[in-house]
Amino acid sequence: MRSDRGQRAPLGLKIAAACGLLFLHLPILLIFVYAFTTEEKSFVWPPPGLTTQWFAVTWNRPDVWDALSLSVRVAAISTAIALVLGTLCAAAVSQTRFFGREAISLLVILPIALPGIITGIALRSAFALADIPFSFWTIVLGHATFCVVVVYNNAVARFRRTSGSMIEASMDLGADGFQTFRHVVLPNIATALLAGGMLAFALSFDEVIVTTFTAGQQQTVPIWMLEELIRPRQRPVTNVVAMVVVLVTLLPILFAYYLTRDGDQIAGSGK
Amino acid sequence: MTIDAAIPRAPAPAILPGSGGMRGALSDLFWRRPKFLLALMLLPPVLWLGIVYIGSLFALLAQSFFSIDEFSGLINREFTLKTYGDLFQAANLDIILRTVTMAALVTLASAIIAFPIAYYAARYARGRWKALFYLGVMLPLWSSYLVKIYAWKLILAKEGILTWLLANLNLLWLLDGWLSLPIVGGNSLSVSFTGTFIVFVYVWLPFMILPVQAALERVPGNLVEASSDLGASPGQTFRNVLFPLALPGIVAGSIFTFSLTLGDYIIPQIIGTSRLFIGQAVYSQQGTAGNIPLAAAFTVVPIVIMGFYLWGAKRMGAFDAL
Repeated sequence: MRSDRGQRAPLGLKIAAACGLLFLHLPILLIFVYAFTTEEKSFVWPPPGLTTQWFAVTWNRPDVWDALSLSVRVAAISTAIALVLGTLCAAAVSQTRFFGREAISLLVILPIALPGIITGIALRSAFALADIPFSFWTIVLGHATFCVVVVYNNAVARFRRTSGSMIEASMDLGADGFQTFRHVVLPNIATALLAGGMLAFALSFDEVIVTTFTAGQQQTVPIWMLEELIRPRQRPVTNVVAMVVVLVTLLPILFAYYLTRDGDQIAGSGK
Repeated sequence: MTIDAAIPRAPAPAILPGSGGMRGALSDLFWRRPKFLLALMLLPPVLWLGIVYIGSLFALLAQSFFSIDEFSGLINREFTLKTYGDLFQAANLDIILRTVTMAALVTLASAIIAFPIAYYAARYARGRWKALFYLGVMLPLWSSYLVKIYAWKLILAKEGILTWLLANLNLLWLLDGWLSLPIVGGNSLSVSFTGTFIVFVYVWLPFMILPVQAALERVPGNLVEASSDLGASPGQTFRNVLFPLALPGIVAGSIFTFSLTLGDYIIPQIIGTSRLFIGQAVYSQQGTAGNIPLAAAFTVVPIVIMGFYLWGAKRMGAFDAL
């Protein structure tokens, strides 16, 4: 019998762990309070009063809507590309052993292991050398590249738990390759792909470092926020947008966790 | 009853007919030649990452061997090591040294704060609490990077929440004393190295907690008990049993905290002084200065540092803890 169950943690450890978690969460909660403040010019605390008028002001701002629409479109297309590339790569790496397998996993992980600024400036200098003008697709090109790893991590974890004999059984029962994929492989990996896709979407939606190098004059939501942070024009609107961004990224993460909670526990560990 | 009736006239074939057509042919081909299927599956991702990513990296690396004409500001596309020579000017060495020092301090602080959280989650948290701890680390990790920085701007600003808190506790003298110190101080916390340091630690902390927790999960609880049964004090147990076993996890986490701090240019730009970090130097060299060769040479610095770091980490077995 293991003796390490039901023990009480030392008080000091409890306090240190609790303080650490509070340190991680309080700043984010603060964003929710500031979204309602009546103060316009400074970050004064406590807020002199509470109001909801800034939600209406933000709602009527075309620049916020434009940025939001661009971000959502970029994230959707990048996620779609990452889903295809990541799944293919994961299937190849986990189902077979071949020469250069390690190199392939390194290649997938590299865009997220090296600092984002390197990816960003590398892409920009490549665009400059090849005379490619900045467009919607240059942003997508960068985002899809680092989103592949998230899908890949989730798919590889699921493939590892899926037994290869199921595929053989399906073939023995007379299904061809496409039927096996459609009726056996896909249902097995569907939730892992959905989780990976959610995380890829959240990652792309939030990305700023690579985007500053590949966007040119276009504004995604993070770029809009960065502009506001460097040259504040209307702080209350920034507060509201910050709160919306927290909510928009929070939901996919919780949903992805819910989808992969039993077993893989891998959902976010690839970021 | 005859035998004839028991046997169906047209027995179903043991092997189903192929599905026929293009689809059947392809399906058969995949089955007979798994290598072909493998190559077909690998081709799109390898092409994408190889061309878009590795191609761009090489384009960048190649440019670091070009130089800029100081009079015309045009890029001279001839092989030279002059740009790397510029890297060793006093001002640029200063930037590199400052960034590496900051990365080391941030890594150290994250390890100290991460350890209790990881240890509690790995050894004491069970069931619902375990899930809560997991989400408690995951949510800040995945929350928007810019919003996190923005939140700290709100906290550290001169009229912000920290000043208010310290004023109410009658501790304002402490803050003023700290801000009047030469290097770490400044006009307010949001324009000082202290502020930059706090935000770096905050933003990268989850990257340290996860691998440390993974390493500690593998330490059997009875090892700790055995140590105390043999008469070790909690401090001795920590030094001689827990810490050595957690070290690969800490090194794995430090890869992230170190690498991310080396490359970041947004945090020191928003919360910090006017003295540059590597990331900012890269950004301003390629942007306003238009000196892409020097910017490219600057990015080689974190790549080389991380190369050595990864090599050392691999020797310490850090990759098994990832």
